[in-house]
Amino acid sequence: MTTAPAQAGWRFRQPSVIPGFGLTLGFSLAYLTLIILIPLSGLIWRSAALGWTEFWAIATDRRTVNTLEISFGTAFVAAAVNVVFGTLVAWVLVRYRFPGRRIVDAMVDLPFALPTAVAGIALTTLYAPNGWIGKLLMPLGIKVAYTPLGIIIALVFIGLPFVVRTVQPIMEEIDKEVEEAAATLGASRFQIVTRVLFPGLAPAIVTGFALAFARGVGEYGSVIFIAGNLPYKSEIAPLLIVIRLEEYNYPAATAIAAIMLALSFVMLLVVNLVQTWSRKRYG
Amino acid sequence: MADPEIKSYEPHHESQSAAVTESRPARAVLMVIVFAFLGIFLLLPLIIVFKEAFAKGIGAYTEALGSPDTRSAIRLTLLVAAISVPLNLVFGISAAWAIAKFEFKGKAFLTTLIDLPFSVSPVISGLVYVLLFGAQGLLGAWLKAHGIVILFAVPGIVLATVFVTFPFVARELIPLMQEQGNGDEEAALSLGANGWQTFWHVTLPNIKWGLLYGVLLCNARAMGEFGAVSVVSGHIRGLTNTMPLHVEILYNEYNAVGAFAVASLLAGLALVTLVLKTLLEMRYGAELAATRGH
Repeated sequence: MTTAPAQAGWRFRQPSVIPGFGLTLGFSLAYLTLIILIPLSGLIWRSAALGWTEFWAIATDRRTVNTLEISFGTAFVAAAVNVVFGTLVAWVLVRYRFPGRRIVDAMVDLPFALPTAVAGIALTTLYAPNGWIGKLLMPLGIKVAYTPLGIIIALVFIGLPFVVRTVQPIMEEIDKEVEEAAATLGASRFQIVTRVLFPGLAPAIVTGFALAFARGVGEYGSVIFIAGNLPYKSEIAPLLIVIRLEEYNYPAATAIAAIMLALSFVMLLVVNLVQTWSRKRYG
Repeated sequence: MADPEIKSYEPHHESQSAAVTESRPARAVLMVIVFAFLGIFLLLPLIIVFKEAFAKGIGAYTEALGSPDTRSAIRLTLLVAAISVPLNLVFGISAAWAIAKFEFKGKAFLTTLIDLPFSVSPVISGLVYVLLFGAQGLLGAWLKAHGIVILFAVPGIVLATVFVTFPFVARELIPLMQEQGNGDEEAALSLGANGWQTFWHVTLPNIKWGLLYGVLLCNARAMGEFGAVSVVSGHIRGLTNTMPLHVEILYNEYNAVGAFAVASLLAGLALVTLVLKTLLEMRYGAELAATRGH
């Protein structure tokens, strides 16, 4: 990488002998604008055109608030579950050697590869009162399918690879000598894990949490089958957008979508700040 | 099978002091927890798909797959993937070339924008096209006047699919090409190759496995997308129903065998994708981008 000589002043790009800059950047920008930017600005433009009173009325509608609470709440719990189990899965895959490790490792990506509708009907069948797992939970008085708990189960499935695949590469890079040094200095295994290993992994865990959370908030396909979709009980925000669209209530669909986008961006911002802070704190 | 990732500490693994690994019972407990968790959350859903699909025997299974609506859903899914994957492939190569081979202002911002579709709910990805092309949409009246149908038809489904699969190829190629640097291309150019020859004979062979990897993930998502496509499709049986949408319709009609039969094809696609992906990582791990996964 060459740095710009000071006397060159401001220039849009560094000189290079490689051809094709104009063509590739031009095509990429045009395609990005047509497919992503224009449609997304259309959404922002439409919600801005609503006017504050109408927007506020939709945003504070009891059903809207409820679905947003359910979407963000269940996604938060599911991401938290995935932080615990995802980190454990990554640990076992990185540190332990056992037959079939490669297969287990590959299986972790199943939620990325399996279409969400397939995951949705499979989980619903498993957790329905007469399903393999639902049947076992029924006597304990635990109902999963058609309750918010079902939403959490679906989001745990969807979010798992985000945590594992974010934490795993960082774990692989951990230098064992640091642990050995801590051990020779008399630290117990518990102290090494909590005081030496965890701080190094924390930024990756936070990132994994954020990715799983963000995906969970917007998830639709795997959730709508198992959720039961009872208004005020187990209805998620993306579903309410679809319902409003089917009623040809474009303003409401647009407003809910805009709120979801805004909340997601605020969340990503917070996560970025946390990451910067933890990098500074733990180097 | 030999594990290609041989790490220097491995031969001493067993003899290592207890302080650098967990005690034997602790390891056993962790393994049991992890296997139970993965078994319940990953393996059981996969098993139940095939179990339900074959619940009434092979005859019912093949009959479900042979129905005209199912066949048309399969055809539509293949068509949509055949259009949207190549589009994003060309975009991915083009964006990676511009971003990895050159230094320019706003590069980081452009890279962020490319990842944008991943942080948007699939339902919103479909909604933006409804707002643009729908009857009440910005272009709705103009489209109607000119007799152009986008929404509730194949073009809308393709657009929504392109939107959700937009970043896959680009985000695989950008770090890979950045890692490889410009040395090979500069050598080819100085030896008299033109830009196109350099790309075709030098860059493409260097990135082919990464490219294949990106295409694989892009294709899996393109064929499996549900939310975005559901919003723009209009759910017209035999016309605008993709396989995932057809799964939903059959399931809601209490046709479990039919729904799971179509689902088993999609699950099969997912398994094939995972196997190919793992093989690529094992064989060409070094040639793939260091920053893998999502």
